Order: sequence, then C-alpha cells, then structure tokens
Amino acid sequence: MRWRLPRGRSLIIGVPWLWLGLFFLLPFLFVLKISLAEPALAQPPYTELFSALGDGLVSVTLNFGNYLLLLDDPLYRAALFGSLKIAAISTLICLLLGYPMAYAIARSPGHWRLPLLMLVILPFWTSFLIRVYAWIGILKGNGLLNNLLLWSGLIDQPLEILHTPIAVYIGIVYSYLPFVVLPLYATLIRLDLTLLEAAADLGCPPWKQFLQITLPLSLPGLIAGGMLVFIPAVGEFVIPDLLGGPNTLMIGKLMWTEFFSNKDWPLASSLAAVLLVVLIVPFVAMRHFEQKAGEET
Amino acid sequence: MPSTRQFTPDSAWQAPEGEPIIRIDQVSKRFGDFYAVDDVSLQIHAGEFFSLLGPSGCGKTTLLRMLAGFEIPSEGRILIDGQDMTAVPPYERPVNMMFQSYALFPHMNVADNIAFGLKQEGMAKSERQSRVAEMLSLVQIEKLATRKPHQLSGGQRQRVALARALAKHPKILLLDEPLGALDKKLREQTQFELVNIQERLGITFIVVTHDQEEAMTMSSRIALMRDGRVEQVDPPRRLYEYPNSRYAADFIGSVNLLEGFVLAQEEDRVTIRSEEAGTDLEVTHGQPLIPGTPVTLAVRPEKVRLQTTENRLPNALSGVIKEIAYLGDVSIYHVELPTGKRVQFTQSNIQALAEQPLTWEDSVELGWQANSCGVLER
Repeated sequence: MRWRLPRGRSLIIGVPWLWLGLFFLLPFLFVLKISLAEPALAQPPYTELFSALGDGLVSVTLNFGNYLLLLDDPLYRAALFGSLKIAAISTLICLLLGYPMAYAIARSPGHWRLPLLMLVILPFWTSFLIRVYAWIGILKGNGLLNNLLLWSGLIDQPLEILHTPIAVYIGIVYSYLPFVVLPLYATLIRLDLTLLEAAADLGCPPWKQFLQITLPLSLPGLIAGGMLVFIPAVGEFVIPDLLGGPNTLMIGKLMWTEFFSNKDWPLASSLAAVLLVVLIVPFVAMRHFEQKAGEET
Repeated sequence: MPSTRQFTPDSAWQAPEGEPIIRIDQVSKRFGDFYAVDDVSLQIHAGEFFSLLGPSGCGKTTLLRMLAGFEIPSEGRILIDGQDMTAVPPYERPVNMMFQSYALFPHMNVADNIAFGLKQEGMAKSERQSRVAEMLSLVQIEKLATRKPHQLSGGQRQRVALARALAKHPKILLLDEPLGALDKKLREQTQFELVNIQERLGITFIVVTHDQEEAMTMSSRIALMRDGRVEQVDPPRRLYEYPNSRYAADFIGSVNLLEGFVLAQEEDRVTIRSEEAGTDLEVTHGQPLIPGTPVTLAVRPEKVRLQTTENRLPNALSGVIKEIAYLGDVSIYHVELPTGKRVQFTQSNIQALAEQPLTWEDSVELGWQANSCGVLER
C-alpha cells in the first residue's frame, strides 16, 4: 500500500478535511472541554481544566459530574427520550407523506416535474423562523384553522392545538417534508421502469411490484430522507419553543435553558456531547446502508 | 413432433394442422398520428422459432410489446391459445419475455431473480429450488447462483435473463434483441444454444432482431417488417431465394437489381428486356406475367459466374472489373457493363494465390442460370 498521495490530490482531499477540522472537530473539542468543567461565577462562566502549580507542574481537573447528572436525573433522560420519540414519529409521518409526493412527481409527465419540484422547494424562499411563527397564527385558539372548522360546523368549541405536542409534530413535519421528498424523488426518478415491466411479465400484479421492486430499490432514498429529518429534529429548538407547551420536553430546549437561563455552560455542553453521540449511531448506520446500496447500482 | 425447420425450399411454407398458438388479427398501434404497427396479421404455430426482422423503427418491438401486454393495440386483436388478450394484463398472460436490457432485479441474486416468477405463482419452496437448479444448469451458470447482477459479465447476465424468462415454463417466450448486447463471437455461439434450448423445451420462441444473419441462422420463419407493415413471411431459405419485393431482396443479403419489362412469356420461361443490362434476360421461375409489365430482375452476386468455354451460361453479360473487395473467404467484384450499370459477383478464394487472379480493369464475361434469378414486380 502506498501512503503518499500525489501532492495535487492530497491538496484537494485536504480542503474538506481542513474544513471539517476547523468548523466541526475544533468547536466540538471546545464543547467537550467545557462539559468537563464546573460552572463558576466568572467570564466565561466555567472553571479552567488546566492550572499551573509552578515548578512545571500542571494540574488537570476533570469534572464528570455533569455526565453523571445526565444519567441520573430523570428530567434529562425524559428530555432525551422525548426528543428521540418526537423526532422518530415526525420522521415516520414525513416519510409516509413524502413518499407518495415524490412518487407522484417522479411518475408525472416530464414537463410537470420541474414546476412540482419548485413547489416543494418554494417555502425555503421564506425564512424558517417566519414560517414557524405563521403556524402560531394558524393553530391558535381563534386562529385560521379553528375559525375555518367552526365556520364549517365541524366543531363547536375551538380545538386546543397550539402549545401541545401536536403543534410540535405539525411544525416539524411541515418544516422538514422537503428534505424527505427531494432524496426520494432522486431515487425514484432513477428507477428503471423496465424492471416493473419484467416483474409484471413474471406474474407480479402492480401492488406487489411496488412492495417487491420499487420499495426495496428506493430504500437508499428512504434512509437518506429519514436521516435528514431525524437528525436535526432531535436537536430542534425553535419549533418546540414556539409551538410546543411548557411540558414539551426536548433536549434542544433544555440545552437553551441551561445555557442562557441557568448559565450552566458545562451542563449544556455535556448535553450537546451526549446528543452528538446519540446521533452518530444512526448516521453510521446510514453510511453502512448507503455503501451497500452503492454496490448494487 | 415434426420439426418446424423441415421445408422444401421451392414450395411455399405449409402451415401445420390445428389452431395457431398466436393469432394476430389486423393489429395496428398508433402513437398520436404515427402508426408504429399498421394492420399486421400473423399466425404463429406452436413450436416455431419465429423472427420479427426489420430495421429500427419498423414496429417489431411494438408488436412484441403488444404480445406481452405492455401496449394495447389501437385496432385489431391478439389471440393466444384461442383466447382474446385485449383485456388481459401482462401479469396474467401465458407468455414470458426476455428484455433487451435484461432488466435483472439489482437487489436480488441470480437464484432469486430466476425464482421471482415462480414465487409469484406461489410454487412451494422445494419445488422452486429444484426448478431454479434446473434453469441454472440449462444455461450453464450453476456457479453464479448467489451472485448479484452487478457482479456478472454481459454474457452471464444474458443467461440469467434467459433462465428467468424460461423458469415458469411458458408456452411462448418473447425475446427482444436477445443477443444484441453480446460481442460477435459470443453472439454466434449463443445463436445455436438458443436454438438447442428451444428445440429441447418445445417452447414457441418469438424473437425481435434487426440482424438478418441472426434471423437466418435461428428462425423457422421470418416476418420481414418495414414501416409498421409485414412485407413477407417465409422460412429463411425461401425469403432469401424468392424475395417478393425489392425491399426483401435488398434487406436479406445483397442483390443485383436490373430494371426491365416483360418481352415474352412462354410456358415456364419469361424473357425480360433490360436496358440497364443492355440485353434480353431469361428467367424460368415466377408467376406468369403479361408482356409489357415493368419488372425488376434480381440475382444474387454468388449466382453470377464467369463464363467458361466449355459451359456457356445464358444471361451473358460482359464488362470491366472496377472494384474488388477481398473478404478472406470470398472476393466481391464490381463489374461495370457497357451501359454504365454495375453488377456484383462473388468468387470464393479457394486457391491461396490463383495463377492469373482477376484484377482491376480486366474484361470479364459473366452469366447465370435462368433458374437462379427472380422477377420482382414493380
């Protein structure tokens, strides 16, 4: 095996590595460092890990208390599992809604595809924050949705949606749906339709063709889309903060509280570190599937 | 079972007794204003190796896809085994198809690909496994059972596609350019293998191809197509020896065409006056023709021979050699007649170096037997 790459190639490969090192690894090391400190009334509000004792001696103080607290305190465990649950359910709903959308776009006549894809992407032209705020106007007690339902006579009491978990689900599903539709569309449009003809020819009716050919072959898109929703949804802060109620426990919200309200930077940092580890597991799984799928095409 | 490949070259093909397995009845297929298939009627009998031959865009693939059920005829109907197929979806038809692109399922290994059709009909697992094993050995790929399609060569994929299409033991197998993606050597070898498999299983094969050599080698009968229509349906030898149109004569092999008109008609002998040839020509084959009818005389280059002193051939022409193409086994000579018309003739290169080989600008005398040429009505 040769260890030395040609100079030009190592330069090109070096750029993304440098980028990741500077803007991902280094900040994470800071976070890791803070998470091992103790909160203090100082600027910045945590203790230093290293202190010089003189005579060239350096003392290192590592505080694993934050991590022990996270494992021990039911509040944080509940927040973590709450986040994972909300993210998982939202991802599932996104996939269930996004799959038929992507399928319909991929199967529509060629000149319709671009306009339809534009409609999926169009919401991105408005700020994410404004779109989430708009949902408050829709979901609140005398908001658009309730007024419409009252007017149509379907209900006679306004529904309480805002500041409930349902509002959080609506917000996450609405915000992340395009991230499912686009990768699914990309895999479905590449699907060779003669495979479906071959299946039909061998006696496979349309619904079985979907289950046995289309669905397994769009698995890479399903996984990519699912991860694109799941990973950011776990750490989501804005949506639960604006649409959720006081008892919507999500780790992103908790982190914000620890950081800004309680000024406990080390605890907030340890939350961030734990979240990263929790999210790396599905990410590695996705890479594994992608590689397997890559071999097949 | 009498082989469908037995035929007497000079007489027309005799349909076997009984109902044809496929009856294509005045079928047309329109795409917008364009007729991809235009009023085609064909009857194909059980056990035939039937080829749909023609250039690309002649409608042969559309016709095959209508048999499979992927396209619905705009007019006419298709009967398979006496049953009208119009309302029958592809997954309920008693035919299987081998696709030009093979269309192997990329997420299944070879054995699962072959078992796919058997699974659909709910065959028991043990029976399925033995059928898959049978198919693998039929196409000689026993060792590849657990490979995925992307791990196979082009020739191996072709075999998997064939095995998959044959696995359900269909009565009729449709093959869309089955050898199109193979290189020449492999293609020639596989042609005979396909014929052997077809004869062994007794399945009716319907093959779409644009390659006349392939069609000639494998088929019991060929339907020559052009612009959505069927020009001629005949066994290969009859199609070659007695084409019934200039198109057919020209598409299969090469041919010399000489324009003229009927001068006289006696019993079995027609005399044709051809200005292009600059002489009168005699033909002993063909239907009676009324004198004065404009006709084209067709003669294959290998039937044109050099005149020798001891054996004078009728239809004598003289000219000068203008072009020579050396093909190894044979040479093709282009001879210019005094009228300016060029006639091709071929000679086999039996001796490595003839003492006096023909060369450019040599004057030659040519001729051919009155029964080795044909008359095409214009």
